[in-house]
Parts: sequence; C-alpha cells; structure tokens
Amino acid sequence: MKFVDEFRDPAAARALVAAIRDLADGGGDGGQVFKFMEVCGGHTHTIYRHGIEHLLPPSVELVHGPGCPVCVIPMGRVDDAMWLAEKPDTIFTSFGDMMRVPGSRGSLLEAKARGADVRFVYSPLDSLRIAIENPDKHVVFFAVGFETTAPSTAVTLVRAKDLGVTNFSVFCNHVTIVPPIKAILDSPDLRLDGFLGPGHVSTVVGNRPYRFVTEVYRKPIVVAGFEPLDILASVHMLLAQIREGRCEVENQYSRVVPEEGNPQAIALLSQVFELRPHFEWRGLGFISQSALKLNDDYAEFDAELRFDMPGIRVADPKACQCGEVLKGVIKPWECKVFGTACTPETPIGTCMVSPEGACAAYYNFGRLHRETAMMVGQRSELPVLTK
Amino acid sequence: MCLGLPGRVVELTPGGHLARVDVAGVVRDINLELLDGPFEPGDYVLVHSGFALERMSADEARDALGVFMP
Repeated sequence: MKFVDEFRDPAAARALVAAIRDLADGGGDGGQVFKFMEVCGGHTHTIYRHGIEHLLPPSVELVHGPGCPVCVIPMGRVDDAMWLAEKPDTIFTSFGDMMRVPGSRGSLLEAKARGADVRFVYSPLDSLRIAIENPDKHVVFFAVGFETTAPSTAVTLVRAKDLGVTNFSVFCNHVTIVPPIKAILDSPDLRLDGFLGPGHVSTVVGNRPYRFVTEVYRKPIVVAGFEPLDILASVHMLLAQIREGRCEVENQYSRVVPEEGNPQAIALLSQVFELRPHFEWRGLGFISQSALKLNDDYAEFDAELRFDMPGIRVADPKACQCGEVLKGVIKPWECKVFGTACTPETPIGTCMVSPEGACAAYYNFGRLHRETAMMVGQRSELPVLTK
Repeated sequence: MCLGLPGRVVELTPGGHLARVDVAGVVRDINLELLDGPFEPGDYVLVHSGFALERMSADEARDALGVFMP
C-alpha cells in the first residue's frame, strides 16, 4: 500500500537503529537512559506490533502515554452508556472498540446479548442514517475520541440540525490531548526526556498547541507518524535535539500533518462544541477543560440534557492498574492481573480492550518471554517475532 | 481510535461531498467535507471514521524517506 510499505523497509530500519544507538550511547554520559513518551495509543500499537522496543538500545526507553480514548473513559461513563442502551425504543450506536469495555454491570456487547439494540457503526454519519431510517426509535451515538474523531461528530450534528432530525442524540465523551500531556508533565511520578507527538490529532490541531511543552517544560517533542520507520526516525530526531542542545516542536509526519492543522475541522469544532469545566479521566482523575460538550446551539442533540442519566461515579476494580499504565508509571506486564485474570477475552481494565491499549498491544504482539525477546531483538537481522 | 489509513480516491460522486475511496483494497464512500476541493481520482487522503481528514503529500513522503536512505 502506498504511503505504508515504504515506511516498513527493513534496511532503512537497521540504519536508523544504528544511528539511534550512536546518538544515545555516544554522548560520553555512559549509563544514561533516555525516556520518551509516545502520547498516542496508535504509536503503542505500532511499537509492539513491529517489535520496536526490542530493537532499541537499552539506553532508550519508550513510555506509553494516555492517548487511547477508549482507555481513559471512566467506568461511570460506561455505566451511563449502558443505561442509555437499555432504555426502551432506543438504538444505541458505538464504534467497535467501545463495545467490550467493562462497566460495573458488564459491557455494551453483553447488553446487546441481553436484548438491547446496540449496533456497531463505522462513522457517526451511519448513526444519523439509522435515525432517519427508524423514525419511531431514538438513536444515540456514543461519541468517543480525541480531536481526530470530534470533527466527524461535528459534521454529523450540523447535518442532523440541517435536516431537522429529532430522534437523534449524542452521548459526548470527546476529549482533548493537551490537558493530559500537561497533567503528565506536572506529575511527580515520571521523569521524561521528550515526547512522540500524536500524528493524527495533529492533522486537525496542527503543531502549534505543543509549544508549551518546549517553552514551559523544556522538553523536545516530535510529531510522529504510525509506521515503524516513522517511530524510529522520530526517536532519532528527539535524540538529535538533545545532543545538539535544541528543544523544539518538530514534525516528522509532514506527509499528512500541516503546520496549521485543518482549519475547516477546527472551525466545525468551535461551531458545535464547548469545553467542559472538568472531566474525569481514568487514572488521571479530574482534569479541567479537558473534554468537549455540545454547546447551546446543539443542546437539543445532547443525550445528557435530553435524558435524566444516572451520572454516578464508579471506582475502578481494585485489582486493575490501568491508571498507572496510562500515566506510564508501570509497564503492562507489571500489573498484578496482566495476562492472568485480565486478558483481551475477559478484560478487567480498559487498557486490555482497545487495540491501542498498552496492555492489549503487549498481550497480542509481545507475549513471549521478555529476555528471549531482547536477545532476538539484538540480532543484526530484523527478526520476525512470533508467539 | 485515532487510527487513520491512506486511501486513494477512485471515483467522485457528482455534486456531493462523497467519493469512492480505496482503503487497503476496500472501497467505500468517504466524506470529503473537511477538506478543500477539487479532488481527482488518484489523489491520496488520510481516512478516519468515514471522513478524509487530510490530503497526503507524495513530495513530503519522499523527503521523509530520503532521511532514512542516506
């Protein structure tokens, strides 16, 4: 596939790994470990799928960040979604990744098995079409996602208003990427040397929102693409900045990300949404101005205003350590229930559900003996990692 | 969730905001409202949740690859 295959070239990967090793180990500061956080769950998925963490020298560590929208939705919001789904004469629509997320009374998939009309959709516009086709039912769209996804919800709401559709509403859980990055930078738990910036969020918001990372916190950030060479090149760019004494927002993913983002999408977001005063994130707690709600012009489509939802806060299961995983404080395999009580088939926490969740990515692609994996990864030939 | 894939415009729907786009061999209707036109068959876009989020630049991709291949 164009724009994909050429960014998976093994020879180029080998050259980049060697260049990374030279930069990381060549500073005369023997023993230093550089910790870079990949903010986006899509990067986490690529890193495990292609075995990248085993190719990097021990002096470079990748820490997984909070950029997995499925993972950060707190349990109480899943319970609210279940409550909506089980209302009579309701069709509840959701992206596939939210279907298996456990609430305190099971998942949406289980609600569907019990008889609720829960349907997968590929796009929010599909939900609107279902509403138009079913005028005697109320159709709710479970809106989840960062700035990448929010514009598609916005287009759908503008369309619904233009068409005068009255049996459609949105349960809005859209979140924004900058506040959790700031929360992690303010957290005393973690010392980071730089960030791989979220490539697809940046197609919408551009590179400007990350300037505070370099200007206030003095950490370099490289907006990165999602193929293996993108990740390796971005790590190399971060190390080069550190070695040359620079601290900048750089764009490795320039084949997609324009400096200013997508102005139409940004205008649509401000036409339809406003910032919530605060929003609860799994693992990170309440973060102010970190999520979107429908503004007054679109209040008629807001499921939270339209229905008297329970809105109860539910604590995570005690055994679950998704919070620490999301903050990058522990690795997936350090969680007490990883791979035993908590698996992709029967997840306890959200990080084991989404393919972008660090636990699911590690379980699905890296679940071999860690020391063996390190040995395989250090060989000169690029290995094909098999379970 | 933020998964985005490159798609190749196959056919434009007259008058509409939709195009038939080939994403990894699967052709489906993709909404182009978030981008400035005009589009032509053969153009590449980044596809996310049924929408084209951004055009993809072959020149920029070539430049990025030039960095990997000294």
